[in-house]
Amino acid sequence: MIKTSFLRSFAILALFVTSLAHAQLRVEIAGVGANQIPVAIATFGDESLAPHQVSAIIKADLLRSGYFKVIDTGSVLTENSAVNLADWKSRGADALVVGSVQRLPDGRFDVKYRLFDTNKGTQLSSLALANQPQFIRVSAHKIADDIYEKLTGIRGVFATRVAYVTKSGKEFRLEIADSDGEGTQVALRSNEPIISPAWSPDGTKVAYVSFENKKPVVYIQDLVSRKRTVAANFKGSNSAPSWAPDGNRLAVALSRDGLTQVYVVNADGTNPRRLSNSNGIDTEPQFSADGQSIYFTSDRSGGPQIYKMSSNGGEARRVTFSGGYNISPRISPDGKFLAYISRREGKFQLFTLDLNNGQEQRLSDTVKDESPSFSPNGKYLMYATESGRRGTLAVVSVDGQVKQRLTTQAGDIREPTWGPFMK
Amino acid sequence: MRTITPVVILSTAMLLAACSSTKLDDKAPVEDRTGSSSVDPRSVGTVNASNDPLNDPQGVLAKRSVYFDLDSYVVKPEYQQVVANHAKYLQNNRTRKIIIQGNTDDRGGAEYNLALGQKRAEAVRKSLSLLGIPESQMEAVSLGKEKPKALGSDEAAWTENRRADIVY
Repeated sequence: MIKTSFLRSFAILALFVTSLAHAQLRVEIAGVGANQIPVAIATFGDESLAPHQVSAIIKADLLRSGYFKVIDTGSVLTENSAVNLADWKSRGADALVVGSVQRLPDGRFDVKYRLFDTNKGTQLSSLALANQPQFIRVSAHKIADDIYEKLTGIRGVFATRVAYVTKSGKEFRLEIADSDGEGTQVALRSNEPIISPAWSPDGTKVAYVSFENKKPVVYIQDLVSRKRTVAANFKGSNSAPSWAPDGNRLAVALSRDGLTQVYVVNADGTNPRRLSNSNGIDTEPQFSADGQSIYFTSDRSGGPQIYKMSSNGGEARRVTFSGGYNISPRISPDGKFLAYISRREGKFQLFTLDLNNGQEQRLSDTVKDESPSFSPNGKYLMYATESGRRGTLAVVSVDGQVKQRLTTQAGDIREPTWGPFMK
Repeated sequence: MRTITPVVILSTAMLLAACSSTKLDDKAPVEDRTGSSSVDPRSVGTVNASNDPLNDPQGVLAKRSVYFDLDSYVVKPEYQQVVANHAKYLQNNRTRKIIIQGNTDDRGGAEYNLALGQKRAEAVRKSLSLLGIPESQMEAVSLGKEKPKALGSDEAAWTENRRADIVY
């Protein structure tokens, strides 16, 4: 792990608008981390051959993460260029990134890169990625992920995708975008609301609740084939899908027995089994990453609080005790933190709870937060909020320092869910 | 041969005419083919389906919404009549089915509000059930805060949206 150069300042509110030409999702950086690693990034050799500039994507990714300061080398440096690492160190860079893009005879692009540690004067990493032209952005994101991991010790999420719902006029859409807001694609168009999208563990399907049948029904949609299956359409309302880690079952909230309770159902919609048992509302089930537990919202004690039970059902243990209204539990991938929405003095705000020591932390200053979602490396939370009477998405690092805002050009954006790591 | 005089012809004609005006015997049996009633089998009576009380915009069944107080999930006395009116209609029209859609105002999380809206729909369903309407004629569902009838975030909008609708 590289030694970071220490900055004394705390979270700087640097409103830095990165408006990318064809993005339908605009990302604004509104806060950066306390420590930022200075990295010099060269223009890659022949990168204008490819449909997208690889070094520009890498720079934007690292900048957006809030943990890097990007130094432009102002020149082209390839993986074969002679580099004077001591020189770069004296220019303030802790690391240097170089590379090139080559068109292969079969039409694919080969992207090569090297990462150097200027303090140790050694190479830290290198990669060669060959991909079809339409995946050049993914190659760039994977390189950014590699840089991020080698320099912070944590797996990067630049190559991940997010899903969210937009509402514009009378149309609702379920959209998929890259984590930088680029490459938006529409998975579903509807004249009726869509809520609670949830990625399958392998990232190829999304479960969601649609109101197209005049009642809430849980669908599973294969993103590639566009095939839809019904996961839950029992009598009454069907909602709040959460995938088990094995991808074969979902926890859902069903009102088929009168009260809304937590059930588990096979992904093909068969064999519903009731897991929760209370005289109140039990909803919003969430599997833990190891599949052993389910966290859920229950108002059995009077107001909604978050509980934990075995994924086989049985006794539930209460987890939240501050405030009278705690909903939307999300468990971090390492199982150590719970994120949730709490109503305090009429404001709905994003909180995290350290499950080891019970310490609570408020992560937002806005008043209408909803639907938090952890990034797959557990470092960030994406959530829906309101900005100027419009629905927007926001990202905050788990320590509260890095902040981003994501907006669409028209309409509201809501119900975000962060996709998993994919190959 | 003697010619038949006109007098003879005339008298013969008069005799024949007298025969044809002889009255039929009223007591002769007439075969009855229609059974006991005397209704014409080819007559047509009119049914007026435009009289279905469900379609009368001035009728009591035009009221299909039950409103709820904040944090409340019981049918208030002032809405018991709305429920009773629809119960009576459903009893008289056994093939009619309803879906009861519960709603909430826009404050709070989507899924928790979906469950709260469900409680409102369920309250109306229970009231109908107590009046004898079977499960097969009703389904209680929720729209949560997703389909507000009144837009805005003020008391008027909130009051309008805390509501269950009976939908045929």
